[in-house]
Parts: sequence; C-alpha cells; structure tokens
Amino acid sequence: MSAEAHAEKMLADEWSGGTLPYHVGHKKLGMWLFIVSDALTFTALLIAYSYARASSEAWATPFKFYPSIVYSSVMTLCLLASSFTMVMAVKASAAKNYKGVRRWILGTMLGGTAFLVLHIIEWKHLIDEGLTTNSLPKEWLAETPNASINFGAAFFGITGLHMFHVFTGLVYLGVVAARAPKMKHEDVEISGLYWHFVDLVWMFVFPLIYIMSVKPNH
Amino acid sequence: MAEAEAAHGTHAEHAEGVHRHPAPTNFIRKYIFSIDHKVIGIQYLLLAMASVFVGMFLSILMRLNLTWPGTKWPILGTLFPAGAPNGIMQPEFYLSLVTMHGTMMVFFVLTTAPQGGFGNYFLPIQIGADDMAFPTLNMMSFWVTFVGFLVLLSAFFVEGGAPLGGWTAYPTLSAIGKDAGPGQGMGMNLWIISIAIFCAGSLLGALNFITTLLNMRARGMSLMRMPLTCWSWFTTAVLALLAFPVLLAAGILLYLDRNAMTSFFIPGGLVVSDKLLVDHKGGSPILWQHLFWFFGHPEVYIAILPGMGATSHILSTFARKPVFGYRAMVFAMFGIGLLGFFVWGHHMFISGMSPYSGMAFSILTLSIGVPSAIKTFNWIGTLWGGRIRFTSPMLFAIGFVSLFVAGGITGLVLGQTTLDLSMHDTYFVLAHFHLVMGVAAIFGIFAGIYFWFPKMFGRMMNETLGKLHFWVTFVGVYLIFAPMHIMGIVGMPRRYAQFTEYDFLKPLHSLVLLVTIGVIITATIQLVFLFNFFWSIFKGRRAGDNPWEATTLEWSTPSPPPHDNFAGIPPVVHRGAYEFSVPGAARDFIMQTEPEPGEASEIVSTEGSSGNGHNGHKH
Repeated sequence: MSAEAHAEKMLADEWSGGTLPYHVGHKKLGMWLFIVSDALTFTALLIAYSYARASSEAWATPFKFYPSIVYSSVMTLCLLASSFTMVMAVKASAAKNYKGVRRWILGTMLGGTAFLVLHIIEWKHLIDEGLTTNSLPKEWLAETPNASINFGAAFFGITGLHMFHVFTGLVYLGVVAARAPKMKHEDVEISGLYWHFVDLVWMFVFPLIYIMSVKPNH
Repeated sequence: MAEAEAAHGTHAEHAEGVHRHPAPTNFIRKYIFSIDHKVIGIQYLLLAMASVFVGMFLSILMRLNLTWPGTKWPILGTLFPAGAPNGIMQPEFYLSLVTMHGTMMVFFVLTTAPQGGFGNYFLPIQIGADDMAFPTLNMMSFWVTFVGFLVLLSAFFVEGGAPLGGWTAYPTLSAIGKDAGPGQGMGMNLWIISIAIFCAGSLLGALNFITTLLNMRARGMSLMRMPLTCWSWFTTAVLALLAFPVLLAAGILLYLDRNAMTSFFIPGGLVVSDKLLVDHKGGSPILWQHLFWFFGHPEVYIAILPGMGATSHILSTFARKPVFGYRAMVFAMFGIGLLGFFVWGHHMFISGMSPYSGMAFSILTLSIGVPSAIKTFNWIGTLWGGRIRFTSPMLFAIGFVSLFVAGGITGLVLGQTTLDLSMHDTYFVLAHFHLVMGVAAIFGIFAGIYFWFPKMFGRMMNETLGKLHFWVTFVGVYLIFAPMHIMGIVGMPRRYAQFTEYDFLKPLHSLVLLVTIGVIITATIQLVFLFNFFWSIFKGRRAGDNPWEATTLEWSTPSPPPHDNFAGIPPVVHRGAYEFSVPGAARDFIMQTEPEPGEASEIVSTEGSSGNGHNGHKH
C-alpha cells in the first residue's frame, strides 16, 4: 500500500464513526468551540472600537511612555508570566504531580490577581483624572481638540469585559487547584486552554487600546 | 432487524451499564430538570409552541388594527390599559406588537423548535449516540432560554410596555431611553437582557451539537452516511456558534449606551421628542446595523436550514427513493451557510453605503441562489419517478419546497441594489422574508412534527386532520402573503399602524381585508393541529417501531426510545441513510443497521475509543 493510500485509509477509519476523530475528548473540544465563540465576541467589540475610532474626527492619544505604557507593560508581563506558570501546571499534571499542579496554578492565580489589581488601580487613576464613559479629562481635550468622547466607552467597555474574563478564570482555576487530585489531566489542560485564551485576548487589547494611544513625541 | 440484533449480541454485555447517567426516578429529574436529550427536545418544542401562539395572537391584533383602525376591542383595554385605553389600540402599541411578534417568532420559535427541539431529540439517535456530549449543559441551555422567554414576555407588563423598535432594534431610537417612545425605557432594557440570555443558551446548545456530532457517531456512521437532517443541524450549530457572539457584543454595547452613558451608536446633535441630547455624541447607528446583520443574516439560515434537512429526509422517505445528489445537498448546505456570513450588507443598501460595497454585497447575495437552486432541483429530482406516499409529513415537506421557492425568488429581486431602493421597507420585503424564512421554516417544523410524532410519543397523529390542517394552512399562507407583494410594489410601508390617511393606499383596502381574512382562517385551523397533537399523545393509533418504513437509526429503536436510546446496545451502521428501492432487495427500504451480505462477521469488535457511553476522555 502506498503511503498516500495508507494515509487515506487511516483518515477514513478515523472518521467512520466509533472514534474520536480529533483524538480529543468532548470537554476539550467543547472548550475549543467556546473559545471560538468568545473570540468572536471580542472581535466584534474590537471592530466596534476601531469603527468608532476611524469614523471620529480625532481620537485622544494620552498615554505617555512613562508611567502609562510602562505600567501596562508590567500588567502584560504579569499575565504572560501567568501563562508560563499555567504551562508548568499542565506539565506537572501530565506527570501526575498534584502538589506541583497546585503550586503552579497558585502561581498562575497570583499573576492573574496581580494583573487585576494593577488594572483596577489604573481604572481608578483614569477616573480620578476625569475620564468617564462620555467625557474626556480637560488636559486630553486641550491636547487633542475635538477628540471623540467615546475613548472612555471603548476603554472601560473592552477592558472591563476582559477583566471579567480574568476574574472568572481565577475562580475556575481556584476550583481546579482545590480539586487537583481528583481532576483528570485533560481537565487541567482545559482550564489551561481557557487561561491562555484570556491571555491571548489581552495581546490584542493591549496594542489596540494602549499602544495605539501613545502620546506622540513633539 | 433480527439479524442486525444477532450481530450486536456479542457486545451487548460489554456495553451494558455504560450509559453515563442512570434513568431518573423522580418526577422533577425526569420531566423538569431532565438531562435526557429527548425530554429537553420536547421541552424546547413546547416552549416554541407556547411562543408561536403568543406570536400568532400578536399578529392577529396587528391585522385587526390595520383593517379596522380605531375600533374598540373587548378585553384589550383591561389587558393593556396603557397601550390600548378603552380597547382602542394606539400606534405605539401597534409598534410594540410588531417588535414582540418578530422577536418571539425569530428567536423563540424559528431558532428553538427546529434546532433545540428536533435537533436535540433526534441528532443523538440518528448518529447512534446515547445522549448529547454534555447532558447538563443541554439542560442549562433549555432553562436559560426559558428564562430569556420570561424576561421578554415581562416587557409587556412593565411601565411603558414592550419596546417599539422591531426585532432589529435599530438605534438611535433603541439607544436613548424612554424619550424615544413609551416602550423604549424599561421594555427595551428587558428586550436586550432577554436576547443576551438567549445568546448564552444558544452558545451552550451549539457547542453541544457540534461536539456530539463529531465525537459520538456510532461505529460505521461516517460523515457521508449521516442523514441530511444531521448535516443541517450541524451546519446550523456552526452558524449559531459564530453568529450569536456578535449579537451578544452588539447587545452589550447597546446596553452600555442606554445605561452607562456611552455613545457607540448615538451621533451628536440628536433632537428627540423636542429635546436636544447633550450627553451623547460621536457614535454611529450604522455600526449597530453592521453588527446586527452580521448576526442577522446567518440567523435566517439558522431558521431555515433544519427545515431543509427535514424536507430532504422526508421527501426521500415518502418518495421511496434515495435523496437525489446527497453530496451536492451537503455541500449546498455548507455553501449557503458560508455565503450567509458575507451578505449582511444587503440589509443596508439604503444606509448610504458606497455603491461599490453595495455591488459586492449584491453579487454575493445573488450567488446564494446557486446552492439554493441545487437544493431545489435535487428535491424535485428526489420526487421524480418516485412512488409518492402523500402522508401529512410529506405534504408539509412538499409545501416547504413550494414556499421556499416562492419566497426565495423574491430574494433575487431584493438582492439587487437598484430594485431594493424602491422595495426597501415595504410589504414586498415583508412578504419575501415571511414566506422564505417564516412560513417555510414553520412548514419544516410541521413536517417534522407529523413525521417524528410516532417516534416521540409512540402513537400516530390523525392523518385526516393532518391533511385538513395542511391544505387550509397551505392555501391560507399564500392568501396572506401573495397580496403583500402587490401592496409592496404599490409602496405600502412596513411598520405603519394604519393606512387610512394615505390616498394612494386607499385602493388597497380590499387587499388588506383579504389578508386579514387569510390570517383568521389560517390561525383558526391551527387549533385543529393543536387538538390533533394533544389528542394523539393519549388516543392516537399505536405506531410501532417503524411506521413509515424508513431507514435511519431512530426507526430501529422502540417508540418512544428507552432512556439511553438503544437499550444498552450501541448500533453499528453499515450503509448510507437513504437506501430506498434498492434493486434486488427484499423490501423497498434497507435500514442503516442491516449489514451487507457477508459483512456481518467483521463488525463484532467494539475496540477503539468511541466517545459514546463515557465522557470521551482521552488520556
């Protein structure tokens, strides 16, 4: 049998019923599908933001390299580091090292919590400066006259929904850590999928919301 | 049947007790919070039935107001003291009827019954699975949807009443609160919340359907052996998975505009009810249209595709012939689903979009005619030369084809930018989409009910009443929607509470009356269906396992099927779904479970890691 015919037969066998054609269980497949769907919600929001920004006369670019971008980069690092610890948790789970799973997941939760706390401090800072869902701080308006008042709406709306995802992720990981010895390896992997997804969303939010709004050098 | 069972016998013991959840014993777990896909399917059907009667009642009120505006109607005054004081319907009340009718029908009937109802009940059985992949999520999906239904209904009874913006809820009027009209306050908030809840329920359902179909097919059930119904539920689930999240996002933004002072959809300088809006500016109502229709167009295929699947399935069964062009049917279905994501702009031709974009959307829209025509010709090809049995389900399936063609052909008219300019927002559009996505889909649902009723309840529905129901409904819906084409061409606009003030529309009054008579006849005959349905559950003739002499897996198990569908013996599939009138065969149908001669010996092994019977964990 030629290699090609062999591959074709294998493929046919995988898809002819009675097997898991992608070699993943229901839950993992379900999580992937959830991620696809949720990704589209964020896509729609980011497109709405882009639409609002592209169709306005001017858009505020208030974020100075220091402190804003440095600060948000630290937040990003926290989240990225938490993805790394999540990878280690899944690795520990593959080796049936439950203590390791717990330790690494707690590390992940620490990273996630740090992100959340820093993010909330930043929200508070911006609100104190005078940013609301329908108005900009006076200094911003002075720098960018006619800037759209939708900056706050997009900023709070999109980062708010992302924060909510991080928060639910923390609860989810907490449950996984608490029940680690009873969890199947695949269940730990699935919680990892969700966490990496939340992290990945941030990798789109960060450049679009923050880096695109860096104050230009004069 | 007997030899097929003998073939399974060897692994019966192996399969014993592998069902993931035991049969429930108490009433609540069995009928209310059940995780059995069959019970959930029936729950969805009953929810849709309740919604369809609410929706139909609303449409009757609309017709009464259009035909005899200003009349005092009994009871209405007590039911809706604000909307219809002394029983006289106000124009705003009429708009709230439009909104609630559309929302109820599109979301809670056309999206739930064909997919959540029949799909839930029959997808697992037709692929030989013992349940859905996620039974608990399945239960949650139904109850979440039910809560959404209650929230929507409650909009009628809050201050200001139900929202006025139609099922499309276009801003700016949907985004600025009660200055825009009585129902645009609390009612509109409840509408958004209801739709957001519905999105969540739909997501749970969609990922469940896709996982079940991919992972839980019985041995031998390759993709191209699946009944076309399964393909249609699968395609629909993919569309729902990709379309609803975008509606959710749009709903979140609309909610923020209303309640958190944002201005995603609200431009500056708006004067509403003599008040200048000062808090909002910089947004665009067109953005909502883009987001909404990116969901909305796939949504109409979500409504119609399961009907297409059921029609293919039923036409083949009662023509005693294989489906003509099975593969072409599958690809056409996916073609329709895929193209459905690239045509949303045809709802926005008059929004001021660039004519070049309009052209692109127009060409893509018209190209949907190709897969649709493939399906239509294949249905005719399936009927061609068959020995047709004109049962009630068959009549409704043929009716589906008729309505799909009659409504689809005007899609080619509206899909052209130049023609749409004058037709937009007239009764012509109303006639088009009601025929093609409304009534055709309803006929698909009726076909499904008459066809699968014996399997669901173990008894037959009455054929005479069924045929009466079909003929009156069939004539009735054409009586309703054919005149609307003429009204639309004359220029009668949608969503107007009355037309008596317009001279150019006065000659149409007899047509308006004719449509209302059609509505009353059609609505009345549905009571016959309702009677037939509930009477047959208790008193119908006993059905047996396979009353229609059909081929697919649901007919190889008792009616109604046992808790785990196949009584512990997972079926093995040996052939395609539509082997009717095979030359040389003993009967004119061969069931999917019947082995080819000489094949019986090699199918005994049940090794491998089927997702069926456990949680599909792979270590």
